[in-house]
Amino acid sequence: MFIIKCPYCGERDHSEFSYGGEAHLVRPKQPTELSDDQWAEYLFMRKNIKGLQYERWNHSHGCRRWFNAARDTSNDKIHSVYKIGEKPNK
Amino acid sequence: MKKKYSIFALIKNSLSYHENWQRAWRDPEPKKEYDAVIVGGGGHGLATAYYLAKEHNLKNIAVVEKGWIGGGNTGRNTTIIRSNYLWDASAGLYDHALKIWENLSQELNYNVMFSQRGVMNLAHNQHDVRELKRRTHANRLNGIDCDWLNVEQVKKFCPIINCSPNIRYPVMGSTLQRRAGTARHDAVAWGYARGADSMGVDIIQNCEVKGIKRNGNSIEGIETTRGFIKTQKVGVVAAGHSSVIANMAGLRLPLESKPLQALVSEPIKPIIDTVVMSNAVHAYVSQSDKGELVIGAGTDSYISYTQKGTHEIIEGTLKAILELYPIFSRLRMLRQWGGVVDICPDASPIISKTSIKGLYFNCGWGTGGFKATPGSGHLFAHTIAKDEPHALNAAFNINRFISGDLVDEHGAAAVAH
Repeated sequence: MFIIKCPYCGERDHSEFSYGGEAHLVRPKQPTELSDDQWAEYLFMRKNIKGLQYERWNHSHGCRRWFNAARDTSNDKIHSVYKIGEKPNK
Repeated sequence: MKKKYSIFALIKNSLSYHENWQRAWRDPEPKKEYDAVIVGGGGHGLATAYYLAKEHNLKNIAVVEKGWIGGGNTGRNTTIIRSNYLWDASAGLYDHALKIWENLSQELNYNVMFSQRGVMNLAHNQHDVRELKRRTHANRLNGIDCDWLNVEQVKKFCPIINCSPNIRYPVMGSTLQRRAGTARHDAVAWGYARGADSMGVDIIQNCEVKGIKRNGNSIEGIETTRGFIKTQKVGVVAAGHSSVIANMAGLRLPLESKPLQALVSEPIKPIIDTVVMSNAVHAYVSQSDKGELVIGAGTDSYISYTQKGTHEIIEGTLKAILELYPIFSRLRMLRQWGGVVDICPDASPIISKTSIKGLYFNCGWGTGGFKATPGSGHLFAHTIAKDEPHALNAAFNINRFISGDLVDEHGAAAVAH
């Protein structure tokens, strides 16, 4: 159980949010030119990091907007949140 | 040589106050080199080592475990065993395991307390009824026993289920696999460990893998907290941490690791002599031999390696349990815990070679790996020894995510992943 700071609404319990998985996966620009390997990489393969991970969240029971978070998956501590389109603070 | 467990051994050892039992397995120092190393000393890993030694005549094998054997998901599950899966590939895989379970205590000379008390899967709406009837037929076509029970039969088979038509999700019928049931989770790990050890397998605990050494496209060995171990074959059975190990070898896997919770109640007198699962309301319950109700909750939605889930998940499960079994309303819960499960996009496991020669993965069992322990070890041992999959695990290769030939058990597995 943890608190997530929505960049639009502030701190809320995580149960107000929906998880969107690994962030910064870019949909291929030319899907027709991809090999099956490349499709599998985009669709299925995940970093599944134990440690600091960049991921997407949606404030589904609040402002309903998407944003990104940098969270440590080994202890669920959120290090920073940032808006869609922005780069994470390293 | 291991001494056999028997009634005579029990009497003999009782005369010396049970102080002279032989050690069940040794605690060896790691050797410099092994023919094969299994990473992960849970049930699946220990079973793999056991069958490598027994059926493939490999004697120089080690199992390395970062904690203690059976201390991960083997010790954290709800011990349910069944094989009523929809697709042919899954039916073959899980029924292979169930058949081994049926003789496992005799085979290992270790009581794994396998109890074929039956598993029910409840239907709560018309769609469930159609799906579960379809699964009943599919199971029978695959030679797996499965019966359909109407509401009266459900009430007769398990009287404490609330079969009132007035509850939010009324019970409309159920499947019943009579050969299914439960087993003692620790005993499975310990039985396989004892069996493997007696054939010379080194079980090395408190030994965490820190790196995988490659020479081009083949394996040279593993770096561990207890030094470098040279080997040409590495079988990884690391459950929730599979991606962490894969990362060391420069591989990517289609896995997400999430916390899955379970809980047990205070012990009560025998009240439920079967296993009841419900996919639609996500509640499943059985009773242990100690008398505790064993209740499985769901996974959290996000990736986490914390071995603890959130309270809402438990609350949701207990709400469903209370509606289905009002008789439990004043029962107190005793313990709650979480395990980290590695989930594949198609909710089926991977038992496969990889693009690196000598590196094999057995992972992706998600929320339902315990039932497959003996079969998983048996097939993974075959895959490692022969460097090619057994017919029963050929469909569970890692390349299915490239070819698109998925084994989609999301709907067919008994509880949602």
